[in-house]
Amino acid sequence: MVKVFIYPATSLILSDMVARFGHTPLSSATAIRERIQTAGLESPPLQITPEEPKKGLKWAAVEVPAGVRGRMSLYGPMIEACEAAIIINDADLAFGCMGCARTNELIKFLIHQKTIPRLELNYPKNEDEGVKFVAAIKRFLTELRGAK
Amino acid sequence: MTQPVRIAQLSCGPEYSGIQHEIDEAARQVGGEIFYPDVALKDIRRDFAKFGLDVKSPDLKLAIARAMALVEGRVEADAVFIATCFRCAEAAIVRNELRHYINEHSRFPVVSYSFTERTTSGTLLTRMEALTTIARRRALLARETQNGLTLGVDSGSATTKAIVMRDNQIIGTGWQPTTEVLKSAQEVIVHALTEAGVTRNEIQAVGTTGYGRFLVGKEIKADLVQEELTVNSKGAVYLADRQHGPATVIDIGGMDNKAISVMDGIPGVFTMGGICAGASGRFLEMTAKRLGVEITELGPLSMKGFGGRVPMNSYCIVFGTQSLVNALATGSTREDVAAAACHSVAEQVFEQQLQEVDIKEPVIMVGGTSLIEGLVFAMGELLQTKIVVPPYSQYIGAVGSALLASGFIKDD
Repeated sequence: MVKVFIYPATSLILSDMVARFGHTPLSSATAIRERIQTAGLESPPLQITPEEPKKGLKWAAVEVPAGVRGRMSLYGPMIEACEAAIIINDADLAFGCMGCARTNELIKFLIHQKTIPRLELNYPKNEDEGVKFVAAIKRFLTELRGAK
Repeated sequence: MTQPVRIAQLSCGPEYSGIQHEIDEAARQVGGEIFYPDVALKDIRRDFAKFGLDVKSPDLKLAIARAMALVEGRVEADAVFIATCFRCAEAAIVRNELRHYINEHSRFPVVSYSFTERTTSGTLLTRMEALTTIARRRALLARETQNGLTLGVDSGSATTKAIVMRDNQIIGTGWQPTTEVLKSAQEVIVHALTEAGVTRNEIQAVGTTGYGRFLVGKEIKADLVQEELTVNSKGAVYLADRQHGPATVIDIGGMDNKAISVMDGIPGVFTMGGICAGASGRFLEMTAKRLGVEITELGPLSMKGFGGRVPMNSYCIVFGTQSLVNALATGSTREDVAAAACHSVAEQVFEQQLQEVDIKEPVIMVGGTSLIEGLVFAMGELLQTKIVVPPYSQYIGAVGSALLASGFIKDD
């Protein structure tokens, strides 16, 4: 079993796929709904306090906006713990979404810094791409199991 | 029970900064209720493309879609609060454009704010109170004349002021530096009543504003206790006789500054605060002290100097004072230093705050600092306009309170 960080971290589909192949998804289990009645697209499931942006200083300096540091207090430890990662670029909002582009840049950068197995894909735009997309993830997760 | 004022929140980052409950609490304390305009994912895709600002953060796209839903009437609200992370350039652009868009296309009062994890409900309170006041008291704010005999008290951070008005005329004034809040208020009230030749019992209605408004209001049993953003706006357009149409009110105070975009005497967009004391009246007080003159003499002194000869950036009051000391030590004249201090404060307000409101003429400067000619001159130069300083501008909050309080006089 491998700890796999997923990006977008809110993607339930991706999280489910990782779990189905016997690995541990590192993600925030926030569903992106059709209607958004919360402050942000991925409002935190946890009670974030003003202490979290301070904890986020480990990954981002004080001049970085508080929202970025607050997010990093959640995702930073996951990135440190992960043994593999799947990154989906340009994902549709409904697939999974993280509200702050600056945090997203930092998360991807930190993942790239780690020497771990990494799958990076663009979000599929049609059915053919969709089939290849799922197959690629399946292959990555299967080989990951073998490698372990 | 009164229905809460519904304040639509357009934001990026408050939850992950841990301050969402501070926003909620500030609204609750002034009878407001924060809500998030309900939009669908498809609305975000459509409205974001339609708005045309190609930002990357999905939460900013959501804020844009919500703003459009409000302006197009798909969601109802009484006021709008825009909040994004401090130091985020992308968010600052969106905050600016949304504020401008909502102000141009709707009648919602708007306040925008950039927060850190240290933002508390206390820092947001006056802004939220102004939003709920505008939403609730439009009829009162539409009042253009003062009737009867009323008293207005402005318990400010630096000075306390009182005004007695009778049938649209100012008949008594009181002013003194704020020391003990209640004692200062009592003393200026006595002075104003004595000057007016009336007794407290004859006063038909009382209004209070300023930092000490709640304490003073309770003590003197005020009919109206209202924040200074709406009161000062009203007082400014009343004294400047610009009650109709657009206007911009600038109040550089002792502790914070206010920049308010007004339409028909009612604030539309406003900012309050300041980056540091270096951009407040407090810095000019310190300058006057260092130059060995009374604050009242700083204005005439600065008009004799040329600020460009002294490098000064009072972004921070400590460094600003250091620049001042250095300039004097290297032979700069007191006149030039005074002019540079005025220019520096005006420039800070111009750069930090006036970008947050839509400047529309006439520009009216009020508050005690509006009596410092050099500051008014510097602001006029920066804005390329002639600044209006109405009579009694230093009593602006007290005048606004006395004017609005007359709406509480009961008919016999």
